[in-house]
Parts: sequence; C-alpha cells; structure tokens
Amino acid sequence: MSNSFYGPMADVTQDAGYDEHPPRMGFFTDTSVCIGCKACEVACKEWNEVPEDGISLSGMSYDNTQSLGADSWRHVAFIEKPLNPTTTDLGLPGMGPPGWDTHESGLPSGEDQATESGDGGVRWLMSSDVCKHCTHAACLDVCPTGSLFRTEFGTVVVQPDICNGCGYCVPACPYGVIDVREEDGRAFKCTLCYDRLKDGDQPACAKACPTESIQFGELDELRERAQVRVQELHDKGVDVARLYGADPDDGVGGDGAFFLLLDEPEVYGLPPDPVVVTRDIGSTWKHVGAAAGALFAVGVASFLGSRGPR
Amino acid sequence: MVPEPEFESYYGKQIIKTPTWKSPDVPLYLFLGGLAGASALLAEGAALSDRPALERVARGAAAGGAAVGTAALVHDLGRPERFLNMLRVFKVTSPLSVGSFILAPFAGLSGAAFASQLTGRLPRLGRLAGAGAAALGPPLATYTAALISNTAVPAWHEAHRELPFVFGGSGAAAAGGLAMMLVPSAQNGPARRMALAGAAVDLAAAQLLERRLGMVGEPYQQGRPGLMMKAARAMTAGSAALSVVGGRSRVVSAVAGASYLAASLLTRFGVFEAGIASAKDPKYTVVPQRERLAARGSAKVEQPSAARA
Repeated sequence: MSNSFYGPMADVTQDAGYDEHPPRMGFFTDTSVCIGCKACEVACKEWNEVPEDGISLSGMSYDNTQSLGADSWRHVAFIEKPLNPTTTDLGLPGMGPPGWDTHESGLPSGEDQATESGDGGVRWLMSSDVCKHCTHAACLDVCPTGSLFRTEFGTVVVQPDICNGCGYCVPACPYGVIDVREEDGRAFKCTLCYDRLKDGDQPACAKACPTESIQFGELDELRERAQVRVQELHDKGVDVARLYGADPDDGVGGDGAFFLLLDEPEVYGLPPDPVVVTRDIGSTWKHVGAAAGALFAVGVASFLGSRGPR
Repeated sequence: MVPEPEFESYYGKQIIKTPTWKSPDVPLYLFLGGLAGASALLAEGAALSDRPALERVARGAAAGGAAVGTAALVHDLGRPERFLNMLRVFKVTSPLSVGSFILAPFAGLSGAAFASQLTGRLPRLGRLAGAGAAALGPPLATYTAALISNTAVPAWHEAHRELPFVFGGSGAAAAGGLAMMLVPSAQNGPARRMALAGAAVDLAAAQLLERRLGMVGEPYQQGRPGLMMKAARAMTAGSAALSVVGGRSRVVSAVAGASYLAASLLTRFGVFEAGIASAKDPKYTVVPQRERLAARGSAKVEQPSAARA
C-alpha cells in the first residue's frame, strides 16, 4: 500500500479496504457564482438536524456563522474589500470613480466578482466552505476509537454511537473543520449527507444551491469540470481564479471537496498549504523511539557504578 | 528582533481549531505519564540493586501516576463512560490509540507490582509485573510527545523531533526528584543521577527546539507559556546544581527533588499552553505555509501569476 500516509493516491476507497465500491463522490464549490444566500447552510441544518450554533451579530459583513464547527457544517464566508480606498465617500448613491478600471488597479476584474456599490466600489467575495473529505484525512487517521471512517463513496464520516469525545480529531484537522459539540461531548462534522448518498440522492446543500456554486458529483468528473471553468474565467481576464484542493499532489493528497477561489486561500480563512499530520508520523515515532531508548539508557546508567546501598 | 511578518486572514480569525483538551487534565496527564514511566524504571533498578526504600517510593509513583493519569484522561473525554472504546481498534497513525495500549497494561502492571510489594503477596509475580512496567515505562514517558505533536497545532507539530526528548528527560527528572524527596540519602543515589541526566536531556532538547522552530517557536518564549518555560528551565538547572553540590544532605536533596518535580509539571503546562497559543493565532498557520509555497514557487521558474510576494 503505497502512499497510504502521504502523497497522491488513485483509489482512496480501495486503500480503506473496499474491494468493490462506487466512484469517489465530492463537491466542487465554484465561489465565482456564489451569491451568499446561505441556502446551503439552512438546508444542511434542516436535513441533518444540526443544532443552533449561537445567535449573534459578528460584525464580519453578512457572516454571522463565522466558521465551520460541530454545529456549522456549511459556512458562507463574506469578504468585502474596497476597490479604491482613496476615494472620498460622500455618502451619496452613484457609480464608481471615473475611469475606474480593475485591470489598471491590479485588482481582479470580471462580472463575477466585482460589484460596484454606492460607496465607491466594493469587491465581494463569497464562498461556501465545507469539510474537505481529504484523501489523507488527519481526523480519521488520529481517531483512536475508529469512530471516524471512510465510506464506500470515499467520504469521511463520524459514527456518533462510537465517538467518545476524546477530541483528537479537532486539532488534527489542518482546515479547522471538525469540532466537539460542547453540550453533547462528541465530535461532529459534515457527512456529505451519507444517508442521502446511500439513497442515490445528492447532498442537501448542493440541492439547495440556486446558482450551482455547489456542485456534487463524481470527483474525477468534477475535477475536469473545474479545469474547464478556470480556463473559461482566465479567458475572460479573471486571472485571479484558481483551484484550491483539486491537486492530488498537495499536502493532503487532494480534497474530496475542492474550490474555485478568486483570491488567496487565507483571505477566505483557508490554510494556503495544508499538510496531513501523517506525513511526519514516521519521523515522530522514530524520535519517540530514540527518546525512549535514551530514557532506558539513563535508567540503566543511574544504577551502574554504584555498589548498592552503603 | 525580527519584524512582524505580514499575512492575510479572514477577519483575523484562527484557521485551525483550538484543541478541546481540558487543562489541567491533559497537561497533568503529560506530567504524570512521564513521572510514572521513569519511576517504573527506577523501581526495577532499585529492586535489582536491593534498595527497598527507593523501590517502594518508585513503585508507588509508577502505580499512582498511572492511576491518576488515567483518571485525568478519562475525565477529559466528552463521553467518559465510553473510555473503553479507546481499545476498540489499534492504529499506528493515532498516538492516542498506541498510547492507550501502552497506558492500559502499564497501569495494570505497575499497580500489581506496587500491591505485591505493599502486601508481600505473590512476590515473584509482583517482580515480573514490575519488570513489565519498566519495559513499558520509557514508551509511556515519551509517546505523549507524539500525542500532541501529531496535530496541526504549529508549535507542537513542528517540535515533533525535540518534544520526545524534552518529555523523556523531564520525566526522568520528575521520577528522580520524587525519590530524592522521599527516600533516605543512603538509597537515593541512582535517583539523583537519573534526575541529573534527565535534566540535562530536557534542557538541551528544549534549547534545540526553540532554536530550530524560529517564528513558530515564539509561543514557547512569550506570554504565560513563555514564563512557565523560563521558570521551569531555571528550576531544573537550579535543582541540578543543588543536587550536585549537596545531594548527600537529606534536606538539600529533598529541596532539589521538589524543585525538579515542580519544574517538570511547569514544563508540561508550558508546552501545552504554547500549543494552544499557536493554534489561536492565524499567523503561525499562514506564515510558515506561505514561506513553504514561496520556496516551492521559486524552485519552479515560470510562475508569473503568483504576483504576491
């Protein structure tokens, strides 16, 4: 079994022990057409009966969900950046400054991401984040109870009847997705609607998305579709478009849920170069072994050269 | 000082999640695992070299440390009644799984060895159990480093090479320290030597850790965890000096031993809190990953679209 811990892997489901299995399923979230309606968040909560996660106003644009967690399995991020910060705001409705050109300003252009608002132009980025269902899923690797497992669809799911709330998956995830539900004690995250998939249906969020920003399907096909979409955007001059999590050579062996982004990942709260913890597990155990050996030697040496009690 | 690196974030929010592990449960367990593991080694040496007072204290520390440590771990679970699920599977990719299979037999064996010594019953089986505990002791004292470094928490993960030595050394210092406190000088020579060697390993590994980690190692030097680490280092060094100068004095030895113990406890709390601090600040997640990408990007020549420097 090559690359079980790190690196590209052609068939993650087979590596997990399934001889016969359906194709690997996933999400392609094309953020360039996301309108920030949060229908995905609502549909997910409704279908999966995810509890309320605190009702508060964050001050972070329209984002009051703030992050993924035990009670938020889809999270729509809102980023507003002034296109021309030097423009004086007269508080009047109107267009952007005369001669305003996104190409010259070095900022992204294209109808999909730039919207002029009354206050001199704001670039809106919206993105529906979700569990990445990694090829090398750290949460699954570190889970000591076997509660987290790989499904026949290649997705990663928690079994709540086994989870004992040890919390190891929480700091293991390089994306900060999974978390422990405090009042419950166990860990929860997106299941990619495992129950719906078993019935041949698509996940609730994808079904609810009105713009097809969230696309569900066979991962191989989604990756091809995403390449075409990026090329299309580049041809339109949107050269900031890039795929995130689509590369099987990345630090997690590629994501089962990947994205088309219009800015650097960290702008959306995503790690720019995530790496699965198991990449270093060999080195970690080697050093533990050496340290344990050293401790044993210290123990033996402490008794050498002594003639016993005086 | 190095200037603050510039980086972008989503409203300044952290990227990875803060570990949900509770304090003092987990740092206390990290300390007790080290104390118990090294004590089991000390106990076996004491038994072989006929030092009954040292043997009794060390066996007690091994059994007690394992018992209280296990209780702390179970208490930390979100569903404590399901603690036995830890033994449902065995996974080398999960140090918590491997650790459960070290801790469970260690706790049983060290407990049996201590009980046998206290009651005088089944002495041969007791010694056999003690030997088993001694074999599992060093792994118990050091695997906890893998436990925390096998996470995405930057200050822990990047320290996966040094932390096992910090923990092993600190465990030896704690075990030696406890015996120095409670065992008459005539029998605690090996405890003094074990503590001294452990302290040296601990200090050297911690020094190396801070040097090698650079920016990601900041949390070990700043704020509350920074203070704890500094205090621990000073106390460890102080204890070592005291024990070398006056280790044969019962009082000096006891003071040095207590200080070793406290330093070991502080080290675990310092390391634990440094990790928490590094998880909460997106800087420690984003900047090293950016640097990695930049290094990779400059390796490839044609990358004009990666305009940001």
